[in-house]
Amino acid sequence: MGVLIHFFTTLPVYFGLDPMGYAWAWTISQTLLIVVYAGLVMVSVAFWILADRKIWAAVQMRRGPNVVGAFGLLQTFADAMKFMFKEPIIPAAANKAIFLLAPIISATLAFAAWAVVPLDNGWVVADINVGVLYLFAISSLGVYGVIMGGWASNSKYGFLSALRSAAQMVSYEVSIGFVIVTVLVFAGSLNLSQIVRAQAHGWYVFSILFPMFVVMFISSLAETQRPPFDLLEAESELVAGFMVEYSSTPFLLYFLGEYMNIIMLCALMSIMFLGGWLPPVDIFPLNAVPGILWLLLKIIVMFFMVSMVKAFVPRYRYDQLMRLGWKVLLPLSMAWVVIAGAWVVFVRPALAHVFGG
Amino acid sequence: MMLQAIAFYVFAAVLLFSGAVVVTSRNPVYSVLFLILAFFNAAGLFVLLGAEFLAMILVIVYVGAVAVLFLFVVMMLDVDFAELKKGAQSYLLPGLGIGGLLAVELILAVAMKWNFATQAMPAATTPKGITNTAALGHILYTDYIFYFQGAGLILLVAMIGAIVLTLRHKSGVKRQNAWTQISRGPAESMSVVEVKSGEGVE
Repeated sequence: MGVLIHFFTTLPVYFGLDPMGYAWAWTISQTLLIVVYAGLVMVSVAFWILADRKIWAAVQMRRGPNVVGAFGLLQTFADAMKFMFKEPIIPAAANKAIFLLAPIISATLAFAAWAVVPLDNGWVVADINVGVLYLFAISSLGVYGVIMGGWASNSKYGFLSALRSAAQMVSYEVSIGFVIVTVLVFAGSLNLSQIVRAQAHGWYVFSILFPMFVVMFISSLAETQRPPFDLLEAESELVAGFMVEYSSTPFLLYFLGEYMNIIMLCALMSIMFLGGWLPPVDIFPLNAVPGILWLLLKIIVMFFMVSMVKAFVPRYRYDQLMRLGWKVLLPLSMAWVVIAGAWVVFVRPALAHVFGG
Repeated sequence: MMLQAIAFYVFAAVLLFSGAVVVTSRNPVYSVLFLILAFFNAAGLFVLLGAEFLAMILVIVYVGAVAVLFLFVVMMLDVDFAELKKGAQSYLLPGLGIGGLLAVELILAVAMKWNFATQAMPAATTPKGITNTAALGHILYTDYIFYFQGAGLILLVAMIGAIVLTLRHKSGVKRQNAWTQISRGPAESMSVVEVKSGEGVE
């Protein structure tokens, strides 16, 4: 970032002009950074989708996509092309403005969430103090893409499915919120970079927060409508849920947003519990590896787990889903807020006293 | 400073516009959607004031939870708003009176530069060296702990009240016990029978 600002400040000098003001250089370099970053994230989604399909296929002893490009690497691009060149169909009775706005909201929010994710020490577009709350706010806004899409299509199937999935997302957000609180109590900061730095002496997954990692994993699956909680879509049983009236590019936007949210939550779990960009132990060959590769590796591990769950866990029924969210995960995470608080106040100072800090 | 001024006027203009649409729109769903837009712009104004924690909480609580429920209700209930608004004209005069009174109060408050609340202002600024969130926590959990706990208690009572009012115990409903379902083993749920050809199972 500093290099970019310096480059743009001094750029006019080479053309015999006055150096650029700091505000302009900052604006230009920030915009450039955001465009490149968003482009990279979007292209990477193509490969995440491919990985998802390949893992799923391998569990079922199929080969998965293997025709377009080497090992089927370009399959997702081919699919995206297909969607873009199809005719967008808007139902005659649909509310046209909201119908088109809903997928745009979904995809935009999915992009916006990446602004605060620290890829390495200091590699972050917006290093804000309330990073975790920002992510939580963005993910709670994701409901609107779903409800607006379901309502605007003016189809009772789409609408009912939208209500169900909105209820599901709102329910699991509560337990995600409490899990985040436990991590905040441990790290003592809402800034994602600070949370990672606080794990330099031990990742939170190896502390008493381990149950919260499990709760977070289950809640993330439910929040992003992944199997075994994909009740709104239930590929083998129902039509496409709230997206039933969508085709072409609007559908593509929903699809893109969905996968970006999954990767986002994998990244959030890596940052909150698996130490983000930090190596497992701070010794020579490990800490020479760039932090972004560690983070990427952790996201890949999390994504692999998410994909495996899709492949071999049977689908939940709707009432079972609600029971799990409200009667199991919520009380557990609420109790853990108290336990984490007690640990930080009573046990941690005692341990520090015994081991001399 | 220039950018901040532009951001302020954009947020404020969109906020006022969407507030106006909320009360004038014919379609209640549009009203709620513009209400959400208004919340969002209010959060933007909070960020400009340096109150990033309040901004995020506004989005999480009001946009992420309260407005979702509004939207649910408005979309599912077949409320005829034209019917509801029929007698609205007769309330025009009291409405204008109350609105005007509020506007006068606001103008007075701003014009007097909050002179009547000299104690409140220093408390509302963030101390140097700690984040906005930590500053709020320091105030909320020390000086105002009883008010904070009291507010929490009132919300809890409201929640329990709502549950008590709507909870119905139906008799004769078969309920599932997830624990007994999970803990069921093959021994008590199936039996392996050797069946001789042509005899069938009893």
